[in-house]
Order: sequence, then structure tokens, then C-alpha cells
Amino acid sequence: MLVSLAIVLVKVVVVIGFLLTFAALLTWVERKQSAVMQDRVGANRADIFGIRMIGLFHPIADGIKMLTKEDFVPAEADRPLFILAPVIALFCALAAFATIPFGDYVRLGSMKIDLQVAKVNIGLLYVIVMLSMGIYGVVLAGWASRSNYSFLGGIRAAALLLSYELPLSASLIGVVMLYPSLELGEIARGQGGLLFGFLPAWGIFVQPLGFILFIAAGVAATKRIPFDLPEGESEIIGYFVEYSGIKFGMFMLTDLVETVVIAGLAASLFLGGWQFPYLSDVGFQFPGGGFVAVGHPAVVILQVLSFAVKVAVLCWFLMLVRWTLPRFRYDQAMKLGWLFLFPLSLLNIVATAAVVTWAR
Amino acid sequence: MGKMMNRPSNPPRRDISNAPAARKSAYGALDETYLPGLAAGLWVTARHFFANMALHLLGLVHPAARRRAAVTIQYPEQQRRLFPRLRTLHRLTRREDGSPRCVACMMCETICPALCIYIVATEHPDPNIEKQPESFIIDLGRCVFCGFCVEACPEDAIRMDTGIVEFSVRSREEMVYNLRELLSHEQVDRNVTVPLHRPEMRV
Repeated sequence: MLVSLAIVLVKVVVVIGFLLTFAALLTWVERKQSAVMQDRVGANRADIFGIRMIGLFHPIADGIKMLTKEDFVPAEADRPLFILAPVIALFCALAAFATIPFGDYVRLGSMKIDLQVAKVNIGLLYVIVMLSMGIYGVVLAGWASRSNYSFLGGIRAAALLLSYELPLSASLIGVVMLYPSLELGEIARGQGGLLFGFLPAWGIFVQPLGFILFIAAGVAATKRIPFDLPEGESEIIGYFVEYSGIKFGMFMLTDLVETVVIAGLAASLFLGGWQFPYLSDVGFQFPGGGFVAVGHPAVVILQVLSFAVKVAVLCWFLMLVRWTLPRFRYDQAMKLGWLFLFPLSLLNIVATAAVVTWAR
Repeated sequence: MGKMMNRPSNPPRRDISNAPAARKSAYGALDETYLPGLAAGLWVTARHFFANMALHLLGLVHPAARRRAAVTIQYPEQQRRLFPRLRTLHRLTRREDGSPRCVACMMCETICPALCIYIVATEHPDPNIEKQPESFIIDLGRCVFCGFCVEACPEDAIRMDTGIVEFSVRSREEMVYNLRELLSHEQVDRNVTVPLHRPEMRV
């Protein structure tokens, strides 16, 4: 009992540490990647004793700045809710990662430890629910600030996230039908086979439409450009207009953590999760017939690395989207969500169901 | 033609092409999904990303490649050469004997659109020269760098060719330049090519 509790605690610490580090790194990636995309050099001035480390100290400088700035609460604001809002937003984003598996399992003596914080048989629903719960933080922030701009931002956030929740969830039903489980580890395990004898049976190859729909809806769920209607930094600033200091930092971090969660979810559902191509529990089983035995520790490391690389690549893609596209107008975003993504995800469900039934 | 003749004469129609219900998309159904546009945009930025990234990596072994990866000029370390006609910080020119060329005619003060020049005139000891400035103040906090003072000056006494562009200060008082300071500025030497200081660019 005590041992399993300790194991869970270790996993929680590892996952939250991974998430926060990754999110902090994403601020650096964001600066550098946008710079490279735009023929610039990017932030490179933060240094410690003259060592610049290609701008890697900027996240630290950001953190110090956020923590030491004045933490201002407007006089008219609803103080408890104003303080609670960023906490809710960040908590939901961090908690959403709990059921996403970052590896298969580790054998320690006689123990078999699953590499995911919580093995819940409705893990997929849990992630979706946690992502939706994040709206509360945003809407509360908009409401509690007593500012028209932040209120507008809060309302926009609610409308946007509600509209994109449907396609987000509906685009996943095809995957759930094909790898019949709601447990993310089970879904990842289901993607271990081969298609046509050589192609890994990843979700992206059997559900390409579902993948596109999920990424589109997922970008909306992170509230980042091109779906930054709640923020709209050029005109309404959005739900965090009254926030400063570390509370504002928490909202920024929330967006980035949500990006990692969306990337993690997409990796688990569509890119085989921790599956390394052709790697089974005992070694590489190549389609040509070759076999290379790999020890258990190496298998675990390869699986975790594989998951991390997939998440990183997806984050890169989400950043590419964020630094390429302009913001959708409000009506365009609604139209895209309700009249394009949602019907297509329904179509995807029907088509997948037909194929699954026919194949049976 | 005959068809048109037979058409019953309707009252002239109101132009409703801009009304919401009648607004028709100028794009096809595929473009309406945004997907082709998204793909085209992502292709452009991704192409830049990979090309520049390759140059950055190449720059690890070959510095010239690194320079091509970004157009950035790392400002304090690297500086662009100033264009010869660039209007920079003012200076007052001197006579042979070192006294100001200015005759306090007030032309510059009059034409200045920002009203940033303040001259107090006094008698010049030389009877051939009518006046000289007792004080000559330019408030750079107001100056708009239009160069009208230089154009207006009949004595070539004020110029904006010092090549000094970094003169930010922390208070409004320090922005006010007096006669002595203005006389002390030198013309930037155009014969010396300004070395384009290019240290190893850091990515």
C-alpha cells in the first residue's frame, strides 16, 4: 500500500516536472522557432556570467520577472475568484495529463509499474473533461476582473471552447471504435500491430481525417492563435487583461501546458503513444523477418523517448501553426467549428462504424 | 435576344449583392474549408524553418552559412553604416579662430517647427560681423530632426552631420544641449570607412 502510494507520488512528481519543464522550454521554442521561421535570430540576450546558451536562460528570466512584478488585484474585482481563476486553469491543464501514458510498463523485481500516473478505464474521457474544466478558470477570470474587456474575453472563451469540444470529442470516437477502449494505455497498446505487414498500425494511418479534425479542434482548445478569440490581443486583450505578475504567468503557462497535453493526447491516439516502430516487449521485429533482441531497460527507455519525440514533434507543428496563421474572425471560427469540423467528425464516425461493422 | 425582349418589364432591382443572405463566396467549396490556404501558408513557413535551420547547423562548422540564416544585425556589437545624408545630432560649425560661425540671425529658431531652438543674441566684437549667439540651446526632447534649421542657415553654421545617433539619456534636462556642447561636436569622418563590426553571430 505504502509502496504503491510512493510509486504514484514519484510518477506525479515526474509528470508535473516534465510538463512544467516542457512548457517552460516551449516559451524558448516559441521565440526561437518563430525567429527561424521569419529569418531572424531570436531572443539571445539573457546571460548568466556572460554565457548565453542560445537564449535558454530566457524562460528563467521570464519566471523571475513574473514572480517579482507587482501582483495587482483591481479594487472592484471579486478577490477570491480573481485569485482562484488562474489556479483552476493551471490545475486543470496539469491534471489533464494524468491518464496519458508516457511508456508501457517498468518491471521492478516482481512489480509491474505502469508508466502513467493514473490507469483509469475512462482515461480518454478524463482528459477531455479536464480540458473542458479549464474553461472555468478562464470564464471566472473574465467575470471576476470586473472589466468589460476581460468579460468579453471570458464569454468568447466559453463560446469557443464549447463549440470546439464537440468536434474534439467526436473526432476521437473513430479511434475508440478501432482500438476498442477508453483507456489510453490500451489504445496505445492497440497501435502496436502492423498494417499491410510494414506500416505501424498508428491511428494517423487508419484515421487520417480524425487526426486532422483533432489537431484543428485541439489548437482551438489551447486558445492560441489562430483561435485566440478569447485573447484577441490587438483589441480586447481578453480574459487576463487585469492580471499581472505570476497570476498572468499562470495563464500563459496554462496555454503552453494545454499545448503539451493536446500534443500528448494526439501522440497517444494517433501516433502510437509510446510505441517505437517495430519494437515489441523483447526486441525489434522487423517486417523483413529480422529480429534484434533488446533488454527490458532499453525497451522502456526507447518507449519513453519515442513518446517524448512524438510530443516534441507535435508541439513543433502546433507552434508552426501558431506562427503562420492569422486569427480567425469570430464568425469564421464558429462557422469552421460547427459547419465544417463537427459534420466532418460525424461523417468520420459513421464511415468508421460502417467499416468496422463490415469488417466484422 | 428574343428571350430578353419577351421578359416582362420588372421594376429596377435593388442591388442586394452585399446583403448577408445574398452574399456569395468568391471561393470554391474546397477553399471555404480553409484547408488549401492553411496548407499553403504552413508550407511557406515550414520551408523557411527548415532552410534556415539547415543554415544554422551548417554555421556550426562554417560561419558564412550562419550569416545567411538570419538577416538580424546584432545591434550594439554589429552596426550598420550610416547613410551619408542621414540627419544625426546637431553641431555648430566654427570660424578659423574657433568662435561660432553663427551670427544669431534667428533663421533656424524661426523655421523650427518643433520650437526647440532658443538663441540669445549679443554684439560681436568684430564690427564686420553683426551679432553672435550669447547662448544657443537645442532641446532634443522636442526636436523632430527635420533638418530645416540646416536648410535655413545662411552661414552654414549649423549642421546635422556628426554621425551621432546614440544620445539617449535618463532625464529631460540632459536632452538640452547648449552652445558649448554643440560647438564641441565634430563632423563624422566620411573618409574613414566605418568598420562593420561583425563578431561571431550568436544564434
